[in-house]
Amino acid sequence: MMSLHDAVTVLKEHRGDAVVVTCMSAGGAWNRVSDRPERDLPIRPMGKGMNVAFGLALARPDLKVLMLDGDGSLLMNLGTLTSVATQKPENFYHFVMENGVYAITGGQPIPSKDVASFAGFARDAGYAAAYEFDDLEDLSMNIGKVLQEKGPVLINLKVEPVIQNLPPGLRPPARRSWITALREVEAHLNGK
Amino acid sequence: MTTGQSILSPETMVDEFKKSGVTHIITIPNSETNYLYELMVKEPSFTVVPVAREGETMAIAAGVLIGGKTPVCLIQNTGMFESGDSIRGIALDVGMPIVMVIGYRGYDRHNDTVDSAAYYTEPILHTWGIKFYLVETDEDGPRISKAFAEARRTSRPVAILVGDEFHGFNRPGGGGGG
Repeated sequence: MMSLHDAVTVLKEHRGDAVVVTCMSAGGAWNRVSDRPERDLPIRPMGKGMNVAFGLALARPDLKVLMLDGDGSLLMNLGTLTSVATQKPENFYHFVMENGVYAITGGQPIPSKDVASFAGFARDAGYAAAYEFDDLEDLSMNIGKVLQEKGPVLINLKVEPVIQNLPPGLRPPARRSWITALREVEAHLNGK
Repeated sequence: MTTGQSILSPETMVDEFKKSGVTHIITIPNSETNYLYELMVKEPSFTVVPVAREGETMAIAAGVLIGGKTPVCLIQNTGMFESGDSIRGIALDVGMPIVMVIGYRGYDRHNDTVDSAAYYTEPILHTWGIKFYLVETDEDGPRISKAFAEARRTSRPVAILVGDEFHGFNRPGGGGGG
């Protein structure tokens, strides 16, 4: 099991010019380590980040797109695995931060906790490859190679939950709203 | 069924998509669009993206738009109901110029509506403040390009309700009488 912060810090070292789309807990952790906000796309509606990332990967095959998803978020939208697998976007890398809980609502267990395999879902849906890492050193040693493979690839990361117990109104505000971020990334990618 | 009445042909839909620069068609096929689907797949300027659930379509379309291309979501009104939170959270809250072509299941201009899918369609679009264009015949075709222009001008989603469920969208000569 890895800390979420350590896992995204490793990913940051390997992102290159990739656009990084985030959803749920992964977004906050990523924002704290990323130094390229013009290529970071946080998507707020739960379960929809992977769709946005998939659409971007289709529209821009010249870009590498990394999706940092949550496990509960992916469960909301499992069918998209088949939509992605059908189109075979070679530039799409789908990370799942598997912490087994709904972290931002207080840590209630997700339905598939200790039962399902996200890498297995992706493999059987038809992704080109699927991997799972639960050790930071193993991730550090191998993720560069995985990101050179042709997508779509799902990479499941076993991470410790970072539970939010503060009511939403008492949480610190984001540095920029997700809608502002989306507009900035859109402008950056299209030279506006 | 041969009625001699004007119908909406799928070729009109394809031509209007091409005029509006559509690149990606994100869709779940339905009973009124099977021949249209075949035409779209044959058109080299389109990428047809079949999905598993309608709520995916708006978020995928948003990604396509962020990438600088032009998507259209092609679903049925039942799928629009399923897509509620995507329409709210992605299309409306962000202000995405997403055009949704929606099969108007149950709609019949000349008879009472007996299908609740038709009954709830327009009230829901009104509630969301989403402008819509009704397209029933080839003569209505230019409304499709108008809808794309409207979406771009207003940075809002716009709907096209395809109100010809039983005639124009089935395979020619294939008994397209519904």
